[in-house]
Amino acid sequence: MRAVLAPEALEAIVDVLRRRDWRVIAPTVRDKAIVYEEIASAAELPVGWKDVQGPGSYRLERRDDEARFGYAVGPQSWKRELLAPSVRLLQIKRTNGSLEAAKDDAERKRTAFFGVRPCEVAAIKIQDRVLVGGPYADEDYLARRKRSFIIAVNCGEPAANCFCASMGTGPKAEDGYDLVLTEITDGSHRFLAETGTDEGAELLAELAQQPATDADVAAAQAVTDGARERMGITLEREGVHELLLDNLEHPRYDDVAARCLACTNCTLACPTCFCTTIDDVNDLSGESAGRVRRWDSCFTLQYSEMHGGGTRRETKSRYRQWLTHKLSTWHDQFDTLGCVGCGRCITWCPVGIDIREEVAAIRATQEAKS
Amino acid sequence: MAQTLTETAGSLEAMTPAPYRVTDKRQDTYDTWTFELEPVDGAPIVPKPGQFNMLYAFGVGEVPISNAGNFQTDERLVHTIRAVGAVTKALCAAEVGSVIGVRGPFGNTWPIEQAVGQDVVFVAGGIGLPPLRPAIYHVIKNRSDYGRFVLLYGARTPSDMVFLDEVRGWQREYDVDLDLIVDVGDTDWKGKVGLVTKLIPPANFDADDAKAFVVGPEIMMRFVAQGLINRELPPEAINISLERTMRCGVGLCGHCQIGPTLVCRDGACYTWDQVADFLAVKEL
Amino acid sequence: MKTLDTVIAESPVFAGLTQEQLEFIAGCAQNVHFEAGEHIAKRGDAADAFYLIRIGEIALDVDVPNKKPVRIDTVEAGQVLGWSWLIPPYQWNYDVTATELVRAVSFDGACIRDKCASDTVLGFALLMRFSQVIVGRLQATRLRLLDIYGTDTH
Repeated sequence: MRAVLAPEALEAIVDVLRRRDWRVIAPTVRDKAIVYEEIASAAELPVGWKDVQGPGSYRLERRDDEARFGYAVGPQSWKRELLAPSVRLLQIKRTNGSLEAAKDDAERKRTAFFGVRPCEVAAIKIQDRVLVGGPYADEDYLARRKRSFIIAVNCGEPAANCFCASMGTGPKAEDGYDLVLTEITDGSHRFLAETGTDEGAELLAELAQQPATDADVAAAQAVTDGARERMGITLEREGVHELLLDNLEHPRYDDVAARCLACTNCTLACPTCFCTTIDDVNDLSGESAGRVRRWDSCFTLQYSEMHGGGTRRETKSRYRQWLTHKLSTWHDQFDTLGCVGCGRCITWCPVGIDIREEVAAIRATQEAKS
Repeated sequence: MAQTLTETAGSLEAMTPAPYRVTDKRQDTYDTWTFELEPVDGAPIVPKPGQFNMLYAFGVGEVPISNAGNFQTDERLVHTIRAVGAVTKALCAAEVGSVIGVRGPFGNTWPIEQAVGQDVVFVAGGIGLPPLRPAIYHVIKNRSDYGRFVLLYGARTPSDMVFLDEVRGWQREYDVDLDLIVDVGDTDWKGKVGLVTKLIPPANFDADDAKAFVVGPEIMMRFVAQGLINRELPPEAINISLERTMRCGVGLCGHCQIGPTLVCRDGACYTWDQVADFLAVKEL
Repeated sequence: MKTLDTVIAESPVFAGLTQEQLEFIAGCAQNVHFEAGEHIAKRGDAADAFYLIRIGEIALDVDVPNKKPVRIDTVEAGQVLGWSWLIPPYQWNYDVTATELVRAVSFDGACIRDKCASDTVLGFALLMRFSQVIVGRLQATRLRLLDIYGTDTH
């Protein structure tokens, strides 16, 4: 189902959802970045803002229009909501010569993610596969996922570090959403809305709307086509799985290691990185112990630590682990690639390491050989 | 969408440790103990040969420990634990009657049933013997289904060997070709001295129709695999057990991966051809 | 039962020697056997013989002052025992004992050694082969120093 919405409809969306007692998480400007937070009104969206990104660089600039979603992606991703940074899995008590484990079963509100980029929709699908689609599922992630409602927004303004076109994950979302909007500023400022699920259709039915004409559909297509063209292809996906597995001892890794600080920013910002660890937390009485799942990163020394030392002591080995997992072995483990081309790892790397450049450098010596 | 996710979701019950009481505790070496465990209530976990459980020391943490039990005759959970870190030290301090947490069984199994009709060669290094014990008992229980039955056991010194009385009992009762060897003897050792690989060339098995099961530190498994390959045993017939650090044990936390595999989900049992290339890459 | 000549010709340690060299060596060889527990040599004894073990096992023990002897190596069937006959000061370094019934080919090392002094071609050939035996033992010993069983947790 399709319809055309005026910009005022965005306020109506927030209104309808909040009256249902849902939380609405959306992009908003805070501390000079576009972050995802709970909003009470569509006025809190980053109206008239765009982001300018480069390797290790991010700043906001004023647009000369009132576009609501005129930016690419900010430092955070929706994994903050779904694979929450810190979750108490269990509280275990020592009682009656036994151990009793209790889970937190508090009632939680439904949550709308308002403004999910196509690359982020793809990232959520990837995390669904990892965290729910295997022989064991993450209970907390699944519960949050069931409570989530996705309003995707297609992209018209890729940032310099965006490469979703190379990864086949954008700039237009094909599925994985309840509702998807494309913002059109060519002519009158309007949104093409398309439903993805019955729940999305229910929401659309409550909004003031116009029927979508062929011209509207074409204008929306032009928005994403334009974005795709501006991005071009900056990472050659073809054969990258074999390329990286065939070059595990490539000298490029020494080169990267000289630059990489192992600061873990890339894994924090990345929307598909899913590694977690479990902390054991005790209270002073010694009667009760918690098990808390929190984000972890393969870039830390402790990540691979075993008795007798860690298996990845050098930064070079850890960078290699991350790169080959993201673009190669992830596929062996989960039947998808791990990267959605959002560019966050490039933007938020303090030394500006660019995953596209690293892959190209490794491929270049391959091509030189043949 | 959420409906499909729920329908295809894996098990949600993997993360809660169940309380198990220590019913027996025996010290094997200066830093290794073997525990027998029974559930506080409910039916016990019955791991298959090759599988592991996550053992929980209250307030300290969890570690993956291989199943070392003999489920052919007895359903008690048996685990041999070496005290090398905070969690294993806490577990090894547990006295008879105390309670620890257990969840599992996780991981894949030794292809011991697929070896029916063949010669079976077990090569254990140090405390690599306990993870092989369930498969060994499977062969003992079904002895006539298998051909020659070889056990090569190497350790640093005689006092680093575990289950020695039981091993010698197997030799006496079950037509096992047993060979023991230590790196360094002591004043009482009157057996072979040298690396366990020395036992491979004269070992009594037909390389055209055998399966090997090798457990020990990675460096030991590498040398033994090479020794078996020198005997013309095909790499696909050499089964090893990989160890990597684990947190969740169920394929959700990413820690145990090496190259394309998640050890807790796809292993810990692998054939040599599956992993040889990846084990050869330093710090992979 | 193979003849002495065949056993010598087939042993890897003599591989590649000429027919004349093999005949000379066979001339210095004889079949021997040791009972279980029999002492073959003591540390410090003149090393005038070396052995090619056909059946059985021989142990090398080190005599530790104030303690019982410690077994530091065992040599099994198919292997060569003894290189001290070729390397000065031509003395056994360990106490050598048969752990079970041993059948071996014993070689008169002193005689072969004397011949090598004048026949340097034979001398070089034997030194090359015995170097490999020594290197093999050294590699194996170094690997034992590694402690591949991970007993040391550091």
